[in-house]
Amino acid sequence: MIKFCMRIFSLITLSISVLFFVISSTFAGSPTKVGFVYLTTPGDHGWTYAHELGKQMVEKRFGKDVKVSVVENVPEGPDATRVIRELAKQGNEIIFTTSFGYMEPTLKVAKEFPNVKFEHITGYKRSKNVATGNIRFYEGRYIQGVVAGLMTKTNKIGYIGAYPIAEVIMGINAFAQGLKSVNKDASISVIWANTWYDPVKEADAAKVHIAEGADVLAQHTDSPAMLQIAEKNGAMGFGQSTDMSAFAPKAQLFASINNWGPYYIKKIEELRNGKWNTGDGPNHWPGNVWGGIKSDMLVISKFQNMPANVAQKAQEALDGIKTGKINIFAGPLIDNTGKEIIPAGKALDDGALWGMNYYLQGVNGKVPG
Amino acid sequence: MITFIPRDKVSKNWIIIAPILSIVFTIFFGLLIFTFLGYNPLETLYQIFVSPFSRIDRISDILVKACPLIIIGTGLMLCFKSNVWNIGAEGQFIMGALLAGFIALSFPNIETKFFLLITILAGFVGGALWAFIPAILKTKLNVNEILVSLMLVYVAMLFIDFIVRGPLRDPMSFGFPLSKPYPDGALINKIPFPGIGFLGQLHYGILFVLLLIPVSWIFVNKTLGGFKINVLGSAPQAAKFAGFKQNSITITVLLLSGGLAGVAGVIEVSANIGQLQPEVSFGYGFTAIIVAFLGRLTPVGILFAGIIIATVKLGADNAQMTMGIPKVVTGLFEGILLFFLLTGETLQKYKIKWSEGKK
Repeated sequence: MIKFCMRIFSLITLSISVLFFVISSTFAGSPTKVGFVYLTTPGDHGWTYAHELGKQMVEKRFGKDVKVSVVENVPEGPDATRVIRELAKQGNEIIFTTSFGYMEPTLKVAKEFPNVKFEHITGYKRSKNVATGNIRFYEGRYIQGVVAGLMTKTNKIGYIGAYPIAEVIMGINAFAQGLKSVNKDASISVIWANTWYDPVKEADAAKVHIAEGADVLAQHTDSPAMLQIAEKNGAMGFGQSTDMSAFAPKAQLFASINNWGPYYIKKIEELRNGKWNTGDGPNHWPGNVWGGIKSDMLVISKFQNMPANVAQKAQEALDGIKTGKINIFAGPLIDNTGKEIIPAGKALDDGALWGMNYYLQGVNGKVPG
Repeated sequence: MITFIPRDKVSKNWIIIAPILSIVFTIFFGLLIFTFLGYNPLETLYQIFVSPFSRIDRISDILVKACPLIIIGTGLMLCFKSNVWNIGAEGQFIMGALLAGFIALSFPNIETKFFLLITILAGFVGGALWAFIPAILKTKLNVNEILVSLMLVYVAMLFIDFIVRGPLRDPMSFGFPLSKPYPDGALINKIPFPGIGFLGQLHYGILFVLLLIPVSWIFVNKTLGGFKINVLGSAPQAAKFAGFKQNSITITVLLLSGGLAGVAGVIEVSANIGQLQPEVSFGYGFTAIIVAFLGRLTPVGILFAGIIIATVKLGADNAQMTMGIPKVVTGLFEGILLFFLLTGETLQKYKIKWSEGKK
């Protein structure tokens, strides 16, 4: 009896879903349904807010041609699987999952919905219908290094890192390369906050850096706390993910802004034209989209609170990266223990960047773990 | 000054009326807030309360979400009944998951599902050990168990964080803090239904809940151990005169609740995540405290309370997906719901007396 009921029930659900599929595919003129999964509430600064701005660009660009659904505050675990599956079930045709921890949940759901396209942000695993997207954040950090090297008087740079993972380490090393290009005497000290977002911890780390004599601070964490501490103590710093000058009008030198909009728009456009794809093979790091300053995915806010000659140097670095004249990780590269990483005339490729577990010259200490 | 005076007897009628009134008040205030914020109030209520039941796979999602809450809540019930305030189930959940994960990852090729018995046992031991610390401190040194158990949550969080970044990190994870995937033998499978396939994430872990509820009901209502716990909670002096050893009861309930939280951790990770990561619990240990009280410290009550809380959480997600209502608004509504339910519960048992505070 139970078996019979289940059969009937499954038949009904099956027919409904088929009906749904038929309806959704016959009305080709209907809006493209796009889903977004956010790690936190967007607020007014930082990582998720940058994605929110990207989403707004999508809505502006496509207007009535897309229908966007957002789920915010989704923890990186079983809840993510459920939410992503629900978005797929509700007929979203492309779903952007905007945090690293959604990697396995995205892949899991993608297997169940082969006709839905998934875009996972900052992940390294892909499949037939899961593409990945990331930003070359390190390019902005090179320019930060240039500005820091010219602005520091104590030659001590304080850097707050979230976690000692390759992404953060390549940022520190890019900063060091920028720093070295203008100032051979300055060095970087790193404090690990062990969190992406915790204003109290970030503020504490900033205070320690300032107490130890640092006068320019950089961060690879998400809150404006570091800049606020810098503002109070007469130090300088850089904004992260979004423009944070409102939090520290006198302390922010510039901000590296994550600009996801163009990437979202491109991928949605591809989907609408039937040209969506994941790019190259499934295991090639860094994935099919890894854009930086050149492709407008990383935007540098206006240079402020610095003398004109420093701003000019910063602009030169920016232009150099844009035109490809500056290769941030070109040899000779020597790590901070004196070991040669790559000789002159060669440069690190993308794969090598994701294997970084060492500091380059100019950074104090060693990578934990 | 407000003082609460226990009622001489709890009216039978109010036991039924109070929760209904609570729901009516909640819905009223909900309608008010949603209307005021410009959302269609009826549709919002539909999304929060009804939509989670609108498809069978959504119902299975409710069960999956409620599973850890019910398991932890049942353990906490034993503590709270005997006036032992274990606030640290979140930490015990993590330590259970961690110890089980350590064992699972030590046998990378194991396939037999009998291995699950070992990992679940390990989870129980891990959680119980973590709860043993406040237990021993309370009984030997009279240290407040609320503080100790709560603080140990943060120790556990940092500990698992350290483990997945260091010793147990998967070398293939590009430096990201993840362990290797569990071997097949340590994974709890989804339940296949004939003709339907899988229903969302519904997994065999739910069987543990089905077992736990009757067992704990029998334990609380039909055994000497359960009787001791009840007496110790409602009349400590009587328990003393009866010669019940208070310390051994305290230790036992803490070990049991810690162990159950640990088992919840194993089930959650083995069924839904499949590897260790910095965050394995998402406040289940804290939410379960609400579940335990909402369930009036009875096994069946906790079963329903777990389902209610899970429903509202899923409903909030649905409301956001279909209507764009932010989490803060639905969170507010959840708060109102809990407020009225617990107020109704309290007013059944206590009278409020307004009096001038002493100057």
